[in-house]
Amino acid sequence: MTEKITAEDVQKVANLARLDLPEEQISTYSAQLEKIITYVAQLEEIDTTGVPPTTRAVEVTNVSREDQVLSSPVREELLSLAPERQEDFFRVPKILSD
Amino acid sequence: MPATIAEWEAVIGLETHVQLGTESKIFTGASTSFGDNPNTHIDPVVCGLPGTLPVLNKKVLEYAVKAALALNLNIAEHSKFDRKQYFYPDLPKNYQISQFDQPIAEEGWIDVEVAEKGKDTYVKKIGIERLHMEEDAGKLVHAGSDRLAGSTYSLVDYNRAGVALAEIVSKPDLRTGREAAEYASEIRRIMRYLGVSDGNMQEGSLRCDVNISVRRGPKAPFGTKVEIKNMNSFSAIQKACEYEISRQIKAYESGEPVIQETRLWDEGKQLTKSMRSKEGSSDYRYFPDPDLGPIEVTEELREAWRNELPELPAAKRIRYVEELSLSSYDARVLTDELSMASYFEDVVKAGAAAKLASNWITGDIAAYVNANKLNFTELPFSPKDLAEMIKLISSGKISGKIAKEILPELLKAGGSPEKIIDERGLGMISDPSTLSDMVDELMVDYPKEVEAFRGGKKKLQGFFVGQLMKITSGKADPKLANQILLKKLLG
Repeated sequence: MTEKITAEDVQKVANLARLDLPEEQISTYSAQLEKIITYVAQLEEIDTTGVPPTTRAVEVTNVSREDQVLSSPVREELLSLAPERQEDFFRVPKILSD
Repeated sequence: MPATIAEWEAVIGLETHVQLGTESKIFTGASTSFGDNPNTHIDPVVCGLPGTLPVLNKKVLEYAVKAALALNLNIAEHSKFDRKQYFYPDLPKNYQISQFDQPIAEEGWIDVEVAEKGKDTYVKKIGIERLHMEEDAGKLVHAGSDRLAGSTYSLVDYNRAGVALAEIVSKPDLRTGREAAEYASEIRRIMRYLGVSDGNMQEGSLRCDVNISVRRGPKAPFGTKVEIKNMNSFSAIQKACEYEISRQIKAYESGEPVIQETRLWDEGKQLTKSMRSKEGSSDYRYFPDPDLGPIEVTEELREAWRNELPELPAAKRIRYVEELSLSSYDARVLTDELSMASYFEDVVKAGAAAKLASNWITGDIAAYVNANKLNFTELPFSPKDLAEMIKLISSGKISGKIAKEILPELLKAGGSPEKIIDERGLGMISDPSTLSDMVDELMVDYPKEVEAFRGGKKKLQGFFVGQLMKITSGKADPKLANQILLKKLLG
């Protein structure tokens, strides 16, 4: 059985993700998160005795490329995608609150 | 009983970030070139746009494994990349691709020679916990204030984001600021020997974070650990450690707590100061990066790379002392840069005596190379020609003084010293009858001085040697000239 998702769990995750979650939405999200977790928890029903742990399903190793410089043709567009830009810089709001 | 300063012991560990000198970034083809306009080297992978796929740069793996082998680390057969989540604008993706629980290498050590003025030089084995690969972050410029805290906004340059780094974590084996600085400088030296990094601290290709605590003697439990950042030279590492050690001891002795925090070294004020935490939580929630497949380093590949490693500085230092009978000081100076060590070895191979070669190379030649910002490999004066010059001096064909005179043009244009000596008639005058005639003439020219000498002013022999050198433009064989002079002066 999976553990209950508490209001504190939701607050913590929201905080780590820098989300300002209104109080009234917390119960909605804890219910939804719990559903997701319960759904995924079905995997625990499978007997994995003797199966080595892995981080992926496809057995491909050492996918790599040569050390070759390729300039991107979309630099301008990338800079323009930013909510704020100052000449060649991305501009972001102040980082620390006073 | 209160503890005295002498009872305190510092426990220091270093985290060193070494920029691996590849042309392109770790997971994409954007250039790693330094000093270009902001955001010149960005692309959709660097910016972490949805749908982009990072692919590992082969050279990064090779450099990381070679660096790890040189640090005597065990190379992991299986390794992987993980995502380290944190929110800060220096990372466009909101996570850094790093390695968490399966780093490419673990458990190694290096021998560090610790030399300090007025103290005995000693060699200490420093443990290395691990080496892992990761991507660098971008650079922030805080605007509206010279301090981060007061700035109204920040500007971000992602040229450095995604540049390949090797993070090397030492064990807490260092005990003094000097040991920390020597360890860092040995790491840099090794990376430069391997050619995997230029180790340029000013440009940020080698950065050290120090973890430091103090305790009452070697058996006491560790004290509270403080992290120090922002040192951009080895002497800054030493001074920052020394400052921090005395700050922490003073705090404990006056009953104040030492808190776990990050402090910044202020080079101008020569002190560390508390840095406000950039993030309240350090819950990085690592998980395997699903975009990047696992890495396997077979024994075959590992050994092939091991065979490509050059002789490392510590081995050279030992060999120079044991086989070439140099002092440990000379060995240390000569092996600091691989190009200098190779030049020296070539001179010795060409037949010059090691000590004489060392003197010329670490003296006049190094001064010239440094003053002109050259590398020994670019020097027109070849090791073979230097060996020839040293042999001319040893055999008595030219004096050291003449060698010094022709050296500047040899350094600039190269060429055979013997040829120059012959063409210009700079060879030493070592024919006894020629020198004898010259001494006779001098004694006629300076009768008063001859008189004074014979009256007891023996120091005047130097005056006659000087005169003789003046007439011969320094070419008189000094040993022979002195013999003849003394004999004639004594009458």
